[in-house]
Amino acid sequence: MDRRRRELLQAGSGAGVLALAGAAGLLKPGEAFAQQWNKAAFDSKTVAATLKALGGGGSTESAQIQITAPDIAENGAVVPITIESAVPRTDTIAILIEKNPSTLSADFEIPAGTDPFITTRVKMAETSNIYAVVKADGKYFHAVKEIKVTLGGCGG
Amino acid sequence: MADPMRIRASMAGDKVEVRVLMSHEMETGQRKDAGGAVVPAHFIQNVTVTHAGKTVLSAQWGTSISKNPFMHFRFKGGKPGEKVTISWVDNKGERRTDEAVIGG
Repeated sequence: MDRRRRELLQAGSGAGVLALAGAAGLLKPGEAFAQQWNKAAFDSKTVAATLKALGGGGSTESAQIQITAPDIAENGAVVPITIESAVPRTDTIAILIEKNPSTLSADFEIPAGTDPFITTRVKMAETSNIYAVVKADGKYFHAVKEIKVTLGGCGG
Repeated sequence: MADPMRIRASMAGDKVEVRVLMSHEMETGQRKDAGGAVVPAHFIQNVTVTHAGKTVLSAQWGTSISKNPFMHFRFKGGKPGEKVTISWVDNKGERRTDEAVIGG
């Protein structure tokens, strides 16, 4: 319990409420999130800074990572993206959008037994490169794809 | 309390295919309202999917996941009739947990 409370305390804004809920025993085991939120990574403004905040020094481009997304997105508020990694021992898949106000969009942790495959929908402020960054066996690999945006999805 | 998630879990070969649609504003904190005041960020930060007591997917999200987030993924080891449980917590500490039974 103690350890979990500490993680929640570190989780940033809103953590006070969670810590209180934890202290009061309102959180049942299994309901609490084992994972914390990497504020430094989500605050990063460039691909290089995001990689660093995620723990990678550098990343190698890999043809084993496939990004499936439209070439042109008419509506930047909803851009479907599928990432599939054939890199052995893929542990995490992160989606980075170079020209968004915050580069990192999502970081998925893929345990053994789960396919290194994820589809989600993201917001894009403007035409930008999308990076799929895969951490596999402690090393970082990426693929990149440009998506042209007709109507931005952040702002009015 | 946010609306329930819509979860569909079904067998695809030996794997369980999960599609989930969550109900959440996913406010970026960049947008201004009609009066020019910044609308504070309100977004899901952590998502955890469990099956038979084991985490099969977890994610950290930023503000650039679309409103009413959608996710599609696959994992091994599930059988029809078993449950998949999905939880999220947002930056205001609001949380929601829903489950679905794996279909055949």
